[in-house]
Amino acid sequence: MTERQQLQVQKKREQEKREETTIPARVFLPTTDIYEAQDALTVILEMPGVEKSNVSVGVENGVLNVEGRLDLSKYQGLQPLYIEYNIGHYSRSFHLSSKIDQGKIEAAMKDGVLSLTLPKVEEAKPRTISVG
Amino acid sequence: MITAFADPYDGLFNLQRALEERTKSEWLQNQTSSQGPFPPINVFQQGDEILAIIELPGIDKNDLQIQAKENTIRISGKKVVNYPESSVHRRERVFGEFDRTLSLPVQIDPDGIKAEYRDGVLALFLPRSEREKPRTIKIS
Repeated sequence: MTERQQLQVQKKREQEKREETTIPARVFLPTTDIYEAQDALTVILEMPGVEKSNVSVGVENGVLNVEGRLDLSKYQGLQPLYIEYNIGHYSRSFHLSSKIDQGKIEAAMKDGVLSLTLPKVEEAKPRTISVG
Repeated sequence: MITAFADPYDGLFNLQRALEERTKSEWLQNQTSSQGPFPPINVFQQGDEILAIIELPGIDKNDLQIQAKENTIRISGKKVVNYPESSVHRRERVFGEFDRTLSLPVQIDPDGIKAEYRDGVLALFLPRSEREKPRTIKIS
C-alpha cells in the first residue's frame, strides 16, 4: 500500500547517572553495534562530532569504558531556531568476558564512528579437529 | 512464548501515519523530541547566517547529495553499514536511504552555501539572500 517507511532516528539515550558530573553538559549513550567474528569481537560506536583526539578508551577491572567529548565551544554564540536532537558528550561501558584478550584491543576512529576490535583469547577461538 | 494477534488496525494506522508524515512541513514543528525522520537536523542562527547541523556519522561523501533552491534545502543519500559474515549481538545503528527537505522561512543565497562534513557532522552555512537583508533608511 504505502511506499517504504521513512527511516526513523532514535532519541538519544541519556547515561544513567552513577556520579554527578562537574561540567554542565549532558552525557549520552552512543549507538552501538556489536558483532562477533571467528577471532574477534567488533564494537562500533557512533559519536558524531567527536574528534579522534577527544576519544578515550580504557579497560579497568574487566570493564571497557569509552568516552567521547564534543567541542562545545563551536556552539557558542549560536541561537537555536529548530532543534531535533540533543547535543552532548558520549560515554558507554561494557563488561568484557574472559574470552577477550584485554591487552590486544585496537581502536580506530573515522567520521565520528569508533571501531573497537576485541580479539579473543587463543583458547576461545574455534578450533577444527581433523578426523584421523 | 506469548503469541499475540496482529492488531487489525495496524495497517490502517501505518497508512494514516505515512500520509500525515508526507503532508506536514518539517519547519517549526511543535515537536522537540528527537524522534523523527532520519537524519536529525538542528538549525541555528548566527548573526545573519543560518547554520544547519546534521548528524551523519559514517557517511561516504559520494553517497551524500545536497541541493538548494530558493528557500529549501534537500539532503539525500544513503548510509551504508556493512558487516562481514558474523553473528550480530547488538544492532542499534540506523542505516539506509534518506531524503529530507527543509524549508526555511527566509530566502537564502544558493551560491553562498558552504557545506562541511567533519567527524560525522555535516554543517551547512546558509547566508541570507542579499535582497532579504533589511536596509536601514536614513532620516534626513
